[in-house]
Amino acid sequence: MLRVGDAPRVRRLLIGVALALTGLFLLLPLVAIFAQALMSGIDVYWQNLSDAYTLAAIGLTLLVAVITVPVNLIFGVFLAWLVTRFEFPGRRLLQTLIDIPFAVSPVVAGLVYLLLYGRNGWLGGWLDAHDIQIMFAWPGIVLVTLFVTCPFVARELIPLMQAQGSREEEAAVTLGASGWTIFRRVTLPNIRHALLYGVILTNARAVGEFGAVSVVAGAIRGETNTLPLQVEQLYQDYNTVGAFTSASLLALLALLTLAAKAALEWRAARREIVT
Amino acid sequence: MSIHISQIDKTYGYKGHGHTRALEPIDLDIHDGELIGLLGPSGSGKTTLLRIVAGLEQADGGSIHFGERDVTHVHVRDRRIGFVFQHYALFRHMSVFDNVAFGLTAMPRAQRPSSGEIRTRVMQLLEMVRLQDFAERFPAQLSGGQQQRVSLARALALKPDVLLLDEPFGALDAKVRQELRRWLRHLHEELHFTSLFVTHDQEEALELSDRVVVMSNGRVEQIATPDTLYRQPANRFVFEFLGDVNRLEGDIEEEVLTCGNARVAVPGVENGRQELLLRPHEIRLDEQPNARAHLPVSVTAVVPVGAEVRIELEADWLGEPWLATISHADFERLAITRGKRLFAQPSRLHRFDTPRPQTLAPLSVS
Amino acid sequence: MIAQALTRRRERRVLPGFGLSLGVSLTFVSLILLLPMTSLVGQLSQLSWSQYWFLITDPRLLASYAVTLFGAAVAAIFNAAFGLLMAWVLVRYEFPGKRLVDALMDLPFALPTAVAGITLATLYSSNGWIGRLLEPLGMSVSYTWIGIALAMAFTSIPFVVRTVQPVLEDLPAEVDEAAMTLGASDSHAFRRVILPYLWPALVTGTGLAFVRSLGEFGAVIFIAGGKPYETEITSLMIFVKLQEYDYAGASAVASIVLATSLTLLLAINLWQGRFIKRLHGGRG
Repeated sequence: MLRVGDAPRVRRLLIGVALALTGLFLLLPLVAIFAQALMSGIDVYWQNLSDAYTLAAIGLTLLVAVITVPVNLIFGVFLAWLVTRFEFPGRRLLQTLIDIPFAVSPVVAGLVYLLLYGRNGWLGGWLDAHDIQIMFAWPGIVLVTLFVTCPFVARELIPLMQAQGSREEEAAVTLGASGWTIFRRVTLPNIRHALLYGVILTNARAVGEFGAVSVVAGAIRGETNTLPLQVEQLYQDYNTVGAFTSASLLALLALLTLAAKAALEWRAARREIVT
Repeated sequence: MSIHISQIDKTYGYKGHGHTRALEPIDLDIHDGELIGLLGPSGSGKTTLLRIVAGLEQADGGSIHFGERDVTHVHVRDRRIGFVFQHYALFRHMSVFDNVAFGLTAMPRAQRPSSGEIRTRVMQLLEMVRLQDFAERFPAQLSGGQQQRVSLARALALKPDVLLLDEPFGALDAKVRQELRRWLRHLHEELHFTSLFVTHDQEEALELSDRVVVMSNGRVEQIATPDTLYRQPANRFVFEFLGDVNRLEGDIEEEVLTCGNARVAVPGVENGRQELLLRPHEIRLDEQPNARAHLPVSVTAVVPVGAEVRIELEADWLGEPWLATISHADFERLAITRGKRLFAQPSRLHRFDTPRPQTLAPLSVS
Repeated sequence: MIAQALTRRRERRVLPGFGLSLGVSLTFVSLILLLPMTSLVGQLSQLSWSQYWFLITDPRLLASYAVTLFGAAVAAIFNAAFGLLMAWVLVRYEFPGKRLVDALMDLPFALPTAVAGITLATLYSSNGWIGRLLEPLGMSVSYTWIGIALAMAFTSIPFVVRTVQPVLEDLPAEVDEAAMTLGASDSHAFRRVILPYLWPALVTGTGLAFVRSLGEFGAVIFIAGGKPYETEITSLMIFVKLQEYDYAGASAVASIVLATSLTLLLAINLWQGRFIKRLHGGRG
């Protein structure tokens, strides 16, 4: 098949430039992370990884992810179901509301949570009186991460479910199936990939969120460091190797995320060819 | 501009990986100003051949000449052809005017006509296709037939010597198709280009073409005028592809074909099992058999179509029903109704097992 | 009132789960999205207009607007070109390593911004791998607007590439072929036929990249250095004000950033809608 831009010289030039720029802007930083982390040798790398603060940071990050991902998964599914299977006034509004976290700078996200739950905030007084600490503690981090990651699952599901239409589910209703059965046996198989993809994105963002978490974990850094915050702190302390060691963990997760995404897309493409 | 196609062949894929022979070596000579139809079922290679002539695909071997010029390795944009696509391929972000003008505005500055000249030419073409009032509209606002007319005008803007069309009316409904066939013929007569079009619709090919190239499985089965194709098909494929076919199969002994309780004289045919073919209008119906043919049939369907009546016939000795076409006069004379028993008398029978097809005339009298 | 409308519309809902999903969604949206946002409004309402104006027109802040807007604009333009190139190469050509390159396009989404931040800062610092090559040329990236634009560009790469890619994939081969049969050169065909086809996606992607860059924090602060009036971005100013417990000031600035982003997103949506309408004509 003949197409515009097929000429060998054009092709080689464009591919060459593309590869060069990709290498410079994307591959090089990736390599640099690991190079810097291992700069002082593998022993120091291990030391840094098993350092108490690092382990605590990993633990906190995992905790945040373990809470955030399932909650947003459930919310995303419910919202997608609501918005794509029913008509009601305010449907469009609800759909656009879910895009808010995309428009909001992470620092602003942190700010609004601080305003709400912080000591001088609206709920601050009430929380203080009941000795519940949300800000500058892990609950605050979880809440703000929920905010920042809530659109991902919904945004993956909504266009897909809209395109698929409700015909199959309606057929299941006429056959007498209950709501949960319909979802499990009719809807779920059709949205599996998109759902998985949304989960992967949510997870990546939940683990990596920095700006919003910086604000609510406190300008005072104590034991409320997630891994990204730990990276910053070590960097500010001129502990470059330490900072990049923690960063390398996050980079590994990023690579896993990319691999998972690629695998999902490959399987989806194969399905299309077969069907 | 004449087109000489010599030993063009094409294979897709690699050995063992979906290896498909799209075209066996093809030779084709098209005279200046001819309107040629490439006719065949899907997979016959007709579209591949057209695209190779256009330069949108490369043949594995052979050559193509436009007149004296060897264009085999010339890029499509330099072949000076016009191409019309099945799904119009209009540039949807441009107005009708800009679409038609595209070829002219794409010329390098040195050769490009002035904008006044371009305007004149574009409006001229739009008038030829009766769309001059639609110049500022966008393709999305036009019907399928209108879009295809714009597509024709666009292809003709550069005054190509060769116009190539890929199933140009395939995406349109019947009435529009007929209308556009007339347009094409009309434009062809006015502008005198050489034209090559692909279709799987035999009616279209027979109606439009000066000559038809019948293809199947990457081979040319026959090249002839529509009339010759119909009367003197070169082989069984051509005969069966162009028009309805009735089959008569049976054992022949002493120049008589027998099948069940049916008998027909087949002069000049040797003994053995044979399948003979005949067209709907080559079947006569009568209340009685005669000495040469005893073929009892019963009428299962009657459909008057225009100037004729189509009769569907069935019999025990027939594997598939026959379709006969007779005149209204005969229809009334025989008072044909569903279920009526009659006798068929073939005025002609065709055989294709010999190197050259033969036509038998069992009713040598009358 | 909504409840009334809902009950009025009680023409049999075929599918189950309306009540439950409505409940869950509204609860979540209210608690997680709306409630915190209203606290911002609440904080702002405590300010008088003149106080508000005073806060958002602080000279240091105005300088940060300029720095942020300029950096985001440069980043967006770079990404428009880079994203278009990458989308083209990934869709139209085959080459070794293509799968890897395709996957790498999502790296900025998958990589935490802080990691990107320290990596870019280290690479382009004066003794970093790249910084040390640019130094003798007199070019300084860290602690300058170039660094800011660079970091913003990095984090928004996927916006343009992933928006243009599917549109380019859907471009029918006949469009290319038609242009070529009409004698157009590659560059003419690209400029007059293909690019207009890609234009909505390109503008949308670039717009989204721009909006994202306005709010970017983690990736930028390390390489920028945060020098007031010169390399201080607006989101950093919000952070600084929070550290100083100036909640009012922080809220005021946040409201500006938020309003700008929302307006731009709305504009992008509207423009997209109008453009698509023209392409698909006035016929219903």
